[in-house]
Amino acid sequence: MSKITYREALNQAMCEEMKRDDRVFLMGEEVAEYNGAYKISQGMLEKFGPKRVIDTPITELGFAGLGVGASMAGLRPVIEFMTWNFAILALDQIVNAAAKMKYMSGGQYSCPMVFRGAGGSAARVGAQHSQSLENWLANVPGLKVVMPSNPADAKGLLKAAIRDNDTVVFIENEINYGDVGEVPDGEYIIPLGVADVKRVGSDVTIVAHSRMTGFALEAAKILAEQGIEAEVIDPRTIRPLDENTILASVAKTNCAVVVEEGWRFAGIGAEISARIMERGFDDLDSPVIRVTGKDVPMPYAANLESLALPSVLDIVEAARVACGRG
Amino acid sequence: MSAKQKSKAGITHDGLFFSEESLHEMHDKMLFIRRFEEKAGQLYGLKKIGGFCHLCNGQEAVCVGLEHASEPADYMMTSYRDHGHILARGSDPTAVMAELLGRAGGIVKGKGGSMHMFDIEKNFAGGNGIVGEQVPIGLGFGFSSWYKDDGRVTICIMGDGGINQGAVYESFNMAALWKLPIVFLVENNQYAMGTSLERASAETQLFKRGISFKIPGMKIDGMDVLEFEKKMGEAMEHARSGKGPMLVEAMTYRYRGHSMSDPATYRTRAEVDEWRSGRDPIARLQAQMIEAGLATEEHFKQKDKDIKKEVAAIAKAAEAQPEPDAAELWTDIYTDPIENAYPYPGKVN
Repeated sequence: MSKITYREALNQAMCEEMKRDDRVFLMGEEVAEYNGAYKISQGMLEKFGPKRVIDTPITELGFAGLGVGASMAGLRPVIEFMTWNFAILALDQIVNAAAKMKYMSGGQYSCPMVFRGAGGSAARVGAQHSQSLENWLANVPGLKVVMPSNPADAKGLLKAAIRDNDTVVFIENEINYGDVGEVPDGEYIIPLGVADVKRVGSDVTIVAHSRMTGFALEAAKILAEQGIEAEVIDPRTIRPLDENTILASVAKTNCAVVVEEGWRFAGIGAEISARIMERGFDDLDSPVIRVTGKDVPMPYAANLESLALPSVLDIVEAARVACGRG
Repeated sequence: MSAKQKSKAGITHDGLFFSEESLHEMHDKMLFIRRFEEKAGQLYGLKKIGGFCHLCNGQEAVCVGLEHASEPADYMMTSYRDHGHILARGSDPTAVMAELLGRAGGIVKGKGGSMHMFDIEKNFAGGNGIVGEQVPIGLGFGFSSWYKDDGRVTICIMGDGGINQGAVYESFNMAALWKLPIVFLVENNQYAMGTSLERASAETQLFKRGISFKIPGMKIDGMDVLEFEKKMGEAMEHARSGKGPMLVEAMTYRYRGHSMSDPATYRTRAEVDEWRSGRDPIARLQAQMIEAGLATEEHFKQKDKDIKKEVAAIAKAAEAQPEPDAAELWTDIYTDPIENAYPYPGKVN
């Protein structure tokens, strides 16, 4: 175990996988000579050379498609988007090509590759650079969507994603990059599709992913001071979603709050609460409550920006209502 | 040209020798594709083939000349007008027909249809349905050959509509920047669906579109299989020798509409006739072969009868196949099946 940042954990995962498998290469804007816009690929050019760590022009659609073709031809691309906001330009290749290549080729071609980069809201960068789009991608069969909330998960999940035989959309969190945590050294793999109970509790289930997991844990602390024990579950993988872990928790607590940074309409929370209703209805004592970002483009002004995002106190309040202590 | 080649029967075109055997092979393949496509058109009319169905009647010389100019290990991908190319690559025609008919034995198990034909054994990577989408994918195949140094060339085919997509220029830039072994081939049939080249493209000399990326271009008569194979061979050699990508524009024409649902009223009958009767690639090769004393008119008549019969038998065999098993709905989505990856597979437990 060493204490490293979320950023370093991602770097370690990529370096270990590139050492292990020479089919793996990293490509994206500024990943090589600049060491990564967010320094995720720090030192990698020096370690692996310009054939395996490759700077691209600012043309997301083109290099996303390059990854698709290269993976079909037997390589294992890791394609970095500086942020997922820019990946919108590449959606044709992610959604129309990578996600369905296996299906529409009758199983002949698959796209074992990782699209990764920063997602979620950033600090006061406005509407075009501050959004959570995981629900768009998780909606597409053929894609796996992974969102680590701490450094250890970041390493274990990214290693699993690179080894996965399908296309993995790996959404990191820009605000979390500097977070420090204990991360196992060397070989450490977290299987995709397995949720993690981040805090055990008996009174209310809080499901939260990415940066909101930290918010939920903070909320749980406040709730504990008020005599409410919250169980916090981080799905870690949005698709496939580990609904069994969520349902087992709801069976114990009989109520749930689902937290997400993204927009409320047709969001991840809508999916999770529908699944709890469909399969866990008899266990529920109260309706599932969603805590979400507001359905607005992200404003710039500091006060408006924090109003647009869920807060720890929003989660506390929702949890109290859910377990009848509102 | 070696003395040995000179002694064999054949045709020399622009310095390139084509043996009698290879001429027959090219002719028979073009004719087979023509009759196969006509059969597909007929089955579409009978509503046995559904969805979109983009035929390549008239464009056979490009399919066949291209195949002859390349190696089996070379990668190839194209748009949704893919039947001719996959047949030229040597894929099983019964599987191609079964795919059109949505049958279990279809080349992609009935999951792709007309627009999404793939054959990994033949290095044929689609069959891609979004205009221009295959070009960045081709870039990736070319990249893999550069990465592995495997000596393969990628042939990335698009239409005169596809070349206007931004994705194409992003790909041109990277292919040229890194000198990737790719031949970008534009099948210029002069209409992007119903919009003529002149109405859609500011620069209609499409082979010049690579100039600003320092990609050399070449315009070829796509109605002349000998000319096409010769020039395409040069483009392939350019890419294979490490000089980077090449852009080839093949001037061709489709006799039918964009797809089976397009009556093609935007073209005059005279224009279609001019190409059909004046420049048809099959008739042209037949005339050349007769003139060279390599075949007779009777031979070609008999050949046409034989191929029509063969295609009819293929259609019959494909039609006799069952539809895909219902379980196929849920396969090939993920490599390693994960139960939870499939929300609501029809049962709530």
